[in-house]
Amino acid sequence: MSENLNPEHVSPANMKPETQKGAAIDQRYYELLEKIQVVDFALVELNLYLDTHPDDLKSVEQYNRLAQERIPLVRQFQELYGPLMNFGHAYSRFPFEWPQAPWPWQV
Amino acid sequence: MWVYEKKLQYPVRVSKCDPTMAKYLLEQYGGADGELAAALRYLNQRYTIPDKVIGVLNDIGTEEFAHLEMIATMVYKLTKDATVEQLECAGLGAHYAAHDKALFYNNASGVPFTAAYIQAKGDPLADLYEDIAAEEKARATYQWLIDMTDDVDLQDSLKFLREREIVHATRFREAVEIIKDDRTQKRIF
Amino acid sequence: MVNVNNQVRVYKPFIGPFDPCPPMLYRTYVIPPNQYITFQPLDWPQFSLQEALTRGTLWPNLYSPYSPNRSVQEGEA
Repeated sequence: MSENLNPEHVSPANMKPETQKGAAIDQRYYELLEKIQVVDFALVELNLYLDTHPDDLKSVEQYNRLAQERIPLVRQFQELYGPLMNFGHAYSRFPFEWPQAPWPWQV
Repeated sequence: MWVYEKKLQYPVRVSKCDPTMAKYLLEQYGGADGELAAALRYLNQRYTIPDKVIGVLNDIGTEEFAHLEMIATMVYKLTKDATVEQLECAGLGAHYAAHDKALFYNNASGVPFTAAYIQAKGDPLADLYEDIAAEEKARATYQWLIDMTDDVDLQDSLKFLREREIVHATRFREAVEIIKDDRTQKRIF
Repeated sequence: MVNVNNQVRVYKPFIGPFDPCPPMLYRTYVIPPNQYITFQPLDWPQFSLQEALTRGTLWPNLYSPYSPNRSVQEGEA
């Protein structure tokens, strides 16, 4: 815990706040993230519905349409703020961007 | 396998420094009807249920991990900058003694998570009814948690999670209808 | 003031002559709409996608509001 650190070794003056690491979080980050959350939520909801209604053609079409719509949203977000998924489901710049903060619970 | 998405399912905003609420929220983290129990219960039941309802268990079980992460985010934010004295006042002194600020899978009373919270009977009807009951109990827990905070932002995220329990219960009830009636015709009532 | 919507049910708890606390005249509980749905029909109306996220469901027919019972003792109308 920071209050127990010896101030001779570590002082707030020479510590960078963690928010300065990784991609800068700005208002746009939250806006773009929420756009993805909106579409992804509808996809989760339709997915669960289709699990019990696999013969509902209109809903399958809506699901596929939203799956298309999320692609540019995700691309735009990732270009600005780094990959949303690991294990090869998103490209990375150098150095490897995946392990960079912020993590979802930090923002 | 599972792949991680670096985002929450729903935004979690906490606007009030309230470590006491973190303690209560642990009920949905490592409690009997919490999100961990839900995820483990459904994903484990997948292996011994008719194919037609595996998808429901698989996907709801997966969504529960997203909810577990939302609860963890709430607890993290509510305790992150709390002093030891504040944690003690919040009833988290015993938690601090064992875990510092680490999250731990225990309930609001500090009882550690146990697999005994969840069941797997191998009987599709018995298992799905357990799942429906679990969703209703989690819905009730969210209601009491919403009652316990006046932080409207926290209430907002908790209301989202409460509504998800209702949708999940709906799907499990439909799963019961599917295993009762194996006809593939439209089921429009 | 009590949250009144058509999903809220009310009951009156028995008031005993030796109850130590001032009696709550009634208590409430919620019956969510899914209790009246056996199997979701096709083509239900949907919320806008933005509203679906904030409400936690895509379908108004599954939406259950909840107002916190806070700072108000149950039974004090």
